[in-house]
Amino acid sequence: MSTLSTTPVRVEEGAARAVPLATRLHAWAATVDHKRLGIMYVLAGLVFFVIGGIEASIMRAQLARPGNDLVSPEVFNQLFTMHGTTMVFLVGMPILLGMGNYLIPLMIGARDMAFPRLNAFGFWLFLFGGLLLYFSYIGAQGLYGTAVAPDVGWFAYAPLTDRTFSRGNSTDYWILGIMVSGFGSIATGLNLVVTTLCMRCKGMTLMRMPLMAWMMLIVGVLVLTALGPLTAAQVMLLFDRNLGAHFFDPQEGGSAILWQHFFWFFGHPEVYILILPAFGFVSEIVPTFSRKVIFGYPLMVAATVAIGFISLSVWAHHMFAVGMGPALNAFFSAMTFMIAVPTGIKIFNWIGTMWGGRIRFASPMLFATGFVAMFVIGGLTGIMLAMVPFDWQVSDSYFVVGHFHYVLFGGTVFAIFGAIHYWYPKAFGRMLNETIAKWSFWLLFAGFNLTFFPMHISGLLGMPRRIYTFQPDRGLELWNLLSSSGVPLQAIGVTLIVWNLVRSLRKGAIAGNDPWDAWTLEWATTSPPPEHNFDTAPTVGSRRPLWDLKHPEDPDGRYE
Amino acid sequence: MAATSDALQAAPADDAEWRPARGKTGMACLIAMESFFFGTFIVAFLYYVGKDVKGPTGKDCLEVGPVIVWSICLLSSSVTVVAAVKALARGAKAAFEFWLGLTLLLGGAFIYGTAAEWRGLMLDHDLFISTNLFGSTYYSLVGFHAFHVVLGLSALGLIWTLSKLGHLKPADAEKVEIVSWYWHFVDVVWIFVFTSVYLVGTGVLS
Repeated sequence: MSTLSTTPVRVEEGAARAVPLATRLHAWAATVDHKRLGIMYVLAGLVFFVIGGIEASIMRAQLARPGNDLVSPEVFNQLFTMHGTTMVFLVGMPILLGMGNYLIPLMIGARDMAFPRLNAFGFWLFLFGGLLLYFSYIGAQGLYGTAVAPDVGWFAYAPLTDRTFSRGNSTDYWILGIMVSGFGSIATGLNLVVTTLCMRCKGMTLMRMPLMAWMMLIVGVLVLTALGPLTAAQVMLLFDRNLGAHFFDPQEGGSAILWQHFFWFFGHPEVYILILPAFGFVSEIVPTFSRKVIFGYPLMVAATVAIGFISLSVWAHHMFAVGMGPALNAFFSAMTFMIAVPTGIKIFNWIGTMWGGRIRFASPMLFATGFVAMFVIGGLTGIMLAMVPFDWQVSDSYFVVGHFHYVLFGGTVFAIFGAIHYWYPKAFGRMLNETIAKWSFWLLFAGFNLTFFPMHISGLLGMPRRIYTFQPDRGLELWNLLSSSGVPLQAIGVTLIVWNLVRSLRKGAIAGNDPWDAWTLEWATTSPPPEHNFDTAPTVGSRRPLWDLKHPEDPDGRYE
Repeated sequence: MAATSDALQAAPADDAEWRPARGKTGMACLIAMESFFFGTFIVAFLYYVGKDVKGPTGKDCLEVGPVIVWSICLLSSSVTVVAAVKALARGAKAAFEFWLGLTLLLGGAFIYGTAAEWRGLMLDHDLFISTNLFGSTYYSLVGFHAFHVVLGLSALGLIWTLSKLGHLKPADAEKVEIVSWYWHFVDVVWIFVFTSVYLVGTGVLS
């Protein structure tokens, strides 16, 4: 059994070269293997990440100085719509669900996901939904001519999306692209729930699952609850636009506010769909690089479940400025404060895990630590925004833009990069270059803060969201220029990461089964794992099966 | 390096925890998702009751009488499908095909009822999806329910055909049971749709 550790990498490469390219591509296109689908999810997500990043860079270039005319207002509207839609639906969801796809069966000792063919179906729906959305740049018609992307914002508020105000079919591309990729997300969410509940190996009780498996289970549940209402609301909008229905048409008694409720009933659980897997990554990385068991495992599980429940009743905090009345405002404000409690528990547990540990700042740990720090800032501004009077002052300003980028970029994206650096050796059998990884982290970290911290200030000074330019001498020039000047640093950081990922495929040091001396099951198999994952179905006796294996004299089960 | 999966066999197998079955859990997840989907349409329907700026609305054109008959057909088909699954499990092929066939007939009768109602609304009352809010919400909610009934009928019809062709064994009873869960779900949704559209929407309950 010990001979398995290093050789399979070379054997597979040698075998692959003998097979013609078309056959190999066909094998990828026809695969139902959760590992290949996971890699394709992440790869497609990274491609969309670069596209969405380019869209953001153009917006920042336009806003670098007042009265700029790099892009027209119409193009700017398309850019922020596509940037938001891309980052949420085509970057965040697929990468996170893809990582879950790759890792969950390995972590719980299963051979594959519960429904492998449904899994492949979900991936291809996501990809073609994304391509359909981007086809609008070629094929759609809008108010200002042909070849225009959707320009109604990523939450597509009614009645702007009404046929009267949004001519042509670019908005229909938004509806259908998201709907199709949403069906894919539903398939994957269902698969994650069933896999974690039904496919665990012997000994892997629920309370022994790695925390990431717990988070993915809750994410799956949230996908099932949130995507249904979104699909339903999009169907209503589609009927309004194409069959002359009146759901969101105030002229006929319809309600534009109802769209907001429906959208955010999806939209806020969506935020937790995007952050819970990130919590999962960090909960795996931090113990490994602190050389300590996770602090407060049962409390982490309880906090995750609590977040899942509470996240279904905070949606209208996106709508304080609508005028819902004091009762609803107070309720949703209170619920939003409440959800900060389980989230805060997690922060303290990660810090508790690091506390007194032998911390090793390898690149995954750098990203994970960066995540904790940046997410705390985003979380705290979130609590500020949960206060209704404060929200009234800064709603739809750059303060909000700064807030949610600290959560979704400083939070989710940093955790994703940490996870990629952590599990790349498992997926490809090679280590990433640590020097390049550290440079990319610090460039990204500096560029991120340079771009997004000043947004809090420009927002408080009155800079509105979604505006293609701003007036000089309002005190906004410096803050906007600072925000824009962080972009090149981030661009170099992301380029370095991509370069590192590509070059390490051939030049990286051979990783071996368990390069980080970690404790969860995925490190028990070879790197990359064989198609069947484990030669024999594993049996586990604690939350850290590999610890038990390495220290038979002091197994974990004794303390759990 | 000793850390391979083979070595993990050594761990003590002290696991008495129950694992749910894959197929049933998957169907339960699908039903949960669909419940939220239908819930959204029901919320929209109820929210817009009485908010129309012009008629006809449910008060003017819906007749509850015939719908009760068709509803009894649909709800009783939940009973017949249970009888079918039980028959298959004990290997009674003829009884299975009889009960499943009866389920198909009852479901088909319900769809006929919906079609007849829609025909009347369109021809006699000039109500279309674009007429007013009632038309928009009524046709989408009832239409999506009817669409799901047709999906369920297709699945059950496929099973019936497979059985006639001799491809179904008593061991398949669990798979048929999973499909029957979906059929029960479609029936339960109808109870909510009926209450919203024909009781609240017509003013019987308000």
